Amino acid sequence: MSRRRWNDALPRGTDLPVLMPSAMRLAAEAANERRSGSAALRLQPAHGVALLVLFMVGLGVAHAQAGAGDPSILATLWKWTPVLLGGFMFNLAISVMAMTIGTVSGMLLGFAQISLLPPVRNGAWLTTHFFRNAPWLVLLFYCMFLLPFQVTIFGVTIPIPDWIKATFGLALPVMANVSELLRGAVQSIPTTQWESAASLALTRRQTMWMIILPQCIKRMLPPWMNLYAILTMATVLTSIVGVAEMMTLTGRALSAENRPGLLLAFYSYVLFWFFLYCYPIARWTVRLEAKYAVDH
Amino acid sequence: MPSANEPPIVSLRDVHQSFGDVEVLKGVSMDVPKGAVVCIIGPSGSGKSTLLRCINGLVPISRGSIRVGSFDVHSLRTDQEKIALRKEVSIVFQQYNLFPHKTALQNVMMAPIHVLKEDKDQVHVRAVALLKKVGLSAKADAYPGELSGGQQQRVAIARSLAMRPEVMLFDEITAALDPETVKEVLNTIRELAQDGMTCMLVTHEMRFAREIAHDVYFTDGGLIVESGPPAELFDRPKMERTRAFLSQIL
Repeated sequence: MSRRRWNDALPRGTDLPVLMPSAMRLAAEAANERRSGSAALRLQPAHGVALLVLFMVGLGVAHAQAGAGDPSILATLWKWTPVLLGGFMFNLAISVMAMTIGTVSGMLLGFAQISLLPPVRNGAWLTTHFFRNAPWLVLLFYCMFLLPFQVTIFGVTIPIPDWIKATFGLALPVMANVSELLRGAVQSIPTTQWESAASLALTRRQTMWMIILPQCIKRMLPPWMNLYAILTMATVLTSIVGVAEMMTLTGRALSAENRPGLLLAFYSYVLFWFFLYCYPIARWTVRLEAKYAVDH
Repeated sequence: MPSANEPPIVSLRDVHQSFGDVEVLKGVSMDVPKGAVVCIIGPSGSGKSTLLRCINGLVPISRGSIRVGSFDVHSLRTDQEKIALRKEVSIVFQQYNLFPHKTALQNVMMAPIHVLKEDKDQVHVRAVALLKKVGLSAKADAYPGELSGGQQQRVAIARSLAMRPEVMLFDEITAALDPETVKEVLNTIRELAQDGMTCMLVTHEMRFAREIAHDVYFTDGGLIVESGPPAELFDRPKMERTRAFLSQIL
């Protein structure tokens, strides 16, 4: 850190010299968090009601446009539900896998971001911000077209299906976000915890594992769950690259039925399933946030 | 009681320290004999806390020398060297800085187990005894968030003592406490002093300093303005600056 920056932090911070390094760090942190504020998903019961209204309107539209011999709209939906739910399970499978891969790699990247070695730290920072700021769809296309459709290891040819590639594509932005979550959480632990651990002669590694990380997990959990809900909704992007998930199947069902009136009802139905899955996660996140806010 | 023949356990010579362009310490020298209780008083921002932090290597100094026991603190560079020093010198902070996710007992046991690599059962026995010594036997399983400020501070003292340090540093440890709880913390320190622990306190508790200290140092603007036994410094201050400060406070 240069001398210049210490002085810059002064006017807004403190005039007590002992506090200056902390004041400077806090100012930088605050600026950083303002810059990288993460999108928050806040599903409310009202959203569910709105969805229901949309669905009813869809039903009405479909009913009004139905021809004389067409089966009822609900019966049509019911007929397609097993197929659609099969696709939905695919969405969930992709979301769980992408989250797992993204979390594991993101934690590693996050540790690299707080490394004491400047090349490691800077490299990790660049990686994190590249994948965090790239549009998800672009990353998805990259993975679809850059990853091979099969790999040969020791003479064994393993095909890589599209949905696996798509999973990797979605895991990349998750990785970057988790990396940033970890960095932010570690830096949000007061420096006094590091000082106090250092004065008890704990090593940096011991301090990290025994003092800092246990406190970080609580802080990371709500935004991490939030990220998962966002990822789940983003899995429909894979329909664009041809993965047979719920959106793709809905499109196929609609073209098979060949009744334009069904459009609104079908897509509302898809929304409804996503709501059903994401809403409990969103509520749980809010509860955890409230709980941990009191604890500290 | 401090002995005059032994070499001092803490010895500072012309210590300079600066944060950026601001010089916090401008040449501080002092000797602390083994078993002595030293109080450092002075206005806020005079470098008292920084001085303590320099002594256990939390803050590097820019010039001068600090010796603690067999360690040349100013020349310690690696973490390993600093860790060796910090087994001998422990610091207690104004804001307690307990680990919030550990119980009082776990806070006390952590360093001896993981740093000194002592046997867990023995550490447990010692930790329980230490909590008893600071009057918190009943709170062993409480988390810091469930304790009052005074109780947290006493746990912090027990946590430091668990490392069996040669020197204890106290950085304005009663400044964040209400007057009633100040007493319980000061009693703990009084007992420590009676046991012969070398203690260096930065404090604003003048009455306590007068009662407990063997030597009092008055600092202002990064320098030691005046020092001496409490009876002299408090009752017959030589320097004008000291008189002015004391008249404000007493």
